[in-house]
Amino acid sequence: MSTQGMILAGCDGDRTWRLQDYLARGGYSALKKIVAERIPQDTIIAELKASVLRGRGGAGFPTGLKWSFMPRSFPGDKYLACNSDEGEPGTFKDRDILRYNPHSVIEGMAIAAYAMGAARGYNYIHGEIFEIYQRFEEALEEARAAKLIGQNILGSDFSFELFAHHGYGAYICGEETALLESIEGKKGQPRFKPPFPASYGLYGKPTTINNTETFASVPFIMNMGGESFLNLGKPNNGGMKLFSVSGHVNRPGNYEIPLGTPFAELLEMAGGVRGGRKLKAVIPGGSSAPVLPADIMMGCTMDYDSISKAGSMLGSGAVIVMDETTCMVKALERLSYFYFEESCGQCTPCREGTGWLYRVVHRIEHGLGRQDDLDLLNSVTGNIMGRTICALGDAASMPVQSFVKHFGDEFMYHIENKKCLVSPEAQYAGSNIYVSPSC
Amino acid sequence: MLSQESLQQIDREIAKYPPDQKQSAVMAALRIAQVEKGWLANETIEFVAAYLDMPAIAVYEIASFYNMYDLEPVGRHKITVCTNLPCALSGGVHAAEYLKEKLGIGFNETTPDGKFTLKEGECMGACGDAPVLLHNNHRMCSWMTREKIDQLLAELDGK
Ligand SMILES: Cc1cc2nc3c(=O)[nH]c(=O)nc-3n(C[C@H](O)[C@H](O)[C@H](O)COP(=O)(O)O)c2cc1C
Ligand code: SF4
Ligand code: FES
Repeated sequence: MSTQGMILAGCDGDRTWRLQDYLARGGYSALKKIVAERIPQDTIIAELKASVLRGRGGAGFPTGLKWSFMPRSFPGDKYLACNSDEGEPGTFKDRDILRYNPHSVIEGMAIAAYAMGAARGYNYIHGEIFEIYQRFEEALEEARAAKLIGQNILGSDFSFELFAHHGYGAYICGEETALLESIEGKKGQPRFKPPFPASYGLYGKPTTINNTETFASVPFIMNMGGESFLNLGKPNNGGMKLFSVSGHVNRPGNYEIPLGTPFAELLEMAGGVRGGRKLKAVIPGGSSAPVLPADIMMGCTMDYDSISKAGSMLGSGAVIVMDETTCMVKALERLSYFYFEESCGQCTPCREGTGWLYRVVHRIEHGLGRQDDLDLLNSVTGNIMGRTICALGDAASMPVQSFVKHFGDEFMYHIENKKCLVSPEAQYAGSNIYVSPSC
Repeated sequence: MLSQESLQQIDREIAKYPPDQKQSAVMAALRIAQVEKGWLANETIEFVAAYLDMPAIAVYEIASFYNMYDLEPVGRHKITVCTNLPCALSGGVHAAEYLKEKLGIGFNETTPDGKFTLKEGECMGACGDAPVLLHNNHRMCSWMTREKIDQLLAELDGK
C-alpha cells in the first residue's frame, strides 16, 4: 500500500488505526484547538470554502457550501451522516481510510458537528466490509473513552454522539436519501428532492451527509489552512484525492495524489498496463461515469474539470483500466446487469429501462443483436435520463451511451458477425486471475 | 426465540438510536438473528418484529430488500464471489468458475451435504484485491487464486 499522500500518509503498519498511533501522527490536534479556543463556526466553514474541498462521494459538490446550508438556529436535533456505503463498482478507497485511519473520519465528523451544531451522527458502512465496521466500532470506543466524542468533549460544553450503522447488500443505499431511509429502518428507497436533507433529513431533522473521504480530509484542512490545501491541487480542484485503480494494471490499489496529476503518471504508479499490453479504455470515476478511449484519457489530468471537459466524470475517483483484451460489449453487459439488479424499482423508467438496457446488450453480446439495437439503446437511455427520482437512472444510462458512442464499431461488429472482435481466448487470458506483485 | 446473547447484542444496537426510533436497529437485529439461526425463517422475522415493536410485514420487507439476508436455508458456508466488471478484469469470473467446478454446483445452489452454498455478488468495495469473495457475509477473502480457494475450501470443509 502507498504511504504517500495525506489521509493515508504514514499508514503502513497494522496498528495505524489505533488512537495512540493517530495521536502520534498529530491526530485530533485540529479538534482540540477548535474546542479549546472556541473557534467560531463561521470561521471553520470559511476555511473549508477556501480549501475548495469538493465532495469525494461522486457528485463533487463543494463541502463548505453544503455545510452552510444547515439551518443554524434550528431548535431541535440536527444530524450528520457519513456515507461509507462504498458500492460503486471500482471504488475501494473508503474501505482503506476506515481500515488504516478511522480516527481521521471520527475527528472530521466531530469538527463538522461542532461547525453545524449537530448533536448526533451515524457512519453508514457497506455491509460487505463487516470486519471494517467492527473495527470502526472499536475506534469509536477508543475515542469515547478519551472524551473525543460523547458528552462534554474534552471537558467543554460541546457534545456529539457518534455511532456506526451497517448496510446489508444494497448499492442504492449509497444514494444519500436512501441511506437516511435505511438508517430509519426502512427499505433503501430514495426520497424525492426537495426537500433536501439540510431541511428534512434523518428522522425529518436537518441533516448533512458527506462521504468518508470528505470527512477524513477536514482535520488536515483545519491544520494546514484552506489555502494550503487548495494549493496542493489546482484551482477549483482543491487538495489530494484517493484514486482506486483496478482492472488491467500491474499494481491495482489506492493512490492518494494531488488533483491535477496527469493520468499517465497515475497509470505508471499503478505499474502500467498489465503484461505491457495496450491500453484500450478507462472508466475514470466509477462504473457510472462515461467510459473514455485510451487516447482521450492519456491527455487528461486527474481532476474534476479535466475529466469533465473530456466528457466524463471524476465521480468517486475509481479508475477502471481496460486493455486491448477487453470486449467492450461484454464489459457493458456486466455493468448493465448491475444497474438492473440494483434499481430499487420505485420509478418506472428506471425499473423497466434498466432491464431493457441489460436485455439488449445481453443479446448483442450473445450474437442475437439487431441492426437497429444501437438506436434502441440510445432511445431507452433518453427515456430514463432526467425522469427518475434519483441519479441511479442516469448512472445506468451514461455507461451505455458512452460505450456505444466510443466503441460503436465494436458493437456493430458483434451484431453483424455474431461474435466478439476480441477473440475469447485473448479475453480469457487477459483477465485471468492476477495477483498484484505488491501483495 | 433468540439466545440471551443475541438479545443483548440487539439491545446494544437499539441504544444507538433515539429512544423513539427503535426500528432503526432492524438491520442489525436481522443480521444478529441470521448469524444465530443460519437464515431468516418467517418465525425469526416475526420474533424480531415483535422485539422491535414493528409490524412483521415491515421487517419482512427489509429482509427481502437487502441481499445479504437469506430467506431460505443456505449451506453451512455461504460463499459469495464478486463478478462485477473491475473484478472480472482480474479473475473474478475465473474464480467463480473454479468454485463451481470444485463444489460441483452453480450459483444459488447448495452442495448435497449441505456444506456449501455459492452466490454471485456485486461490488464489495474491494476491487483492488480481486478476486474477492465473502464467507458467511462477514469474512472477506482477498486475492483468491486457485491455491487460496483450495486452502479455504479445505479449511471450511473441516468445520
Ligand atoms: C446510486 C447512487 C449511489 C451512490 N453511492 C455513493 C457511495 O457509495 N458513497 C458516497 O459517498 N456517495 C454515494 N453517492 C452520492 C451520494 O448521494 C452523496 O452525493 C454523497 O454521499 C455526498 O457526499 P459528498 O458531498 O461528501 O460527496 C451515490 C449516489 C447515487 C445516486
Ligand atoms: S432512479 Fe431507480 S434506483 Fe433511483 S429511485 Fe428511481 S427506481 Fe429507485
Ligand atoms: S468489483 Fe468486485 S469488489 Fe468491486
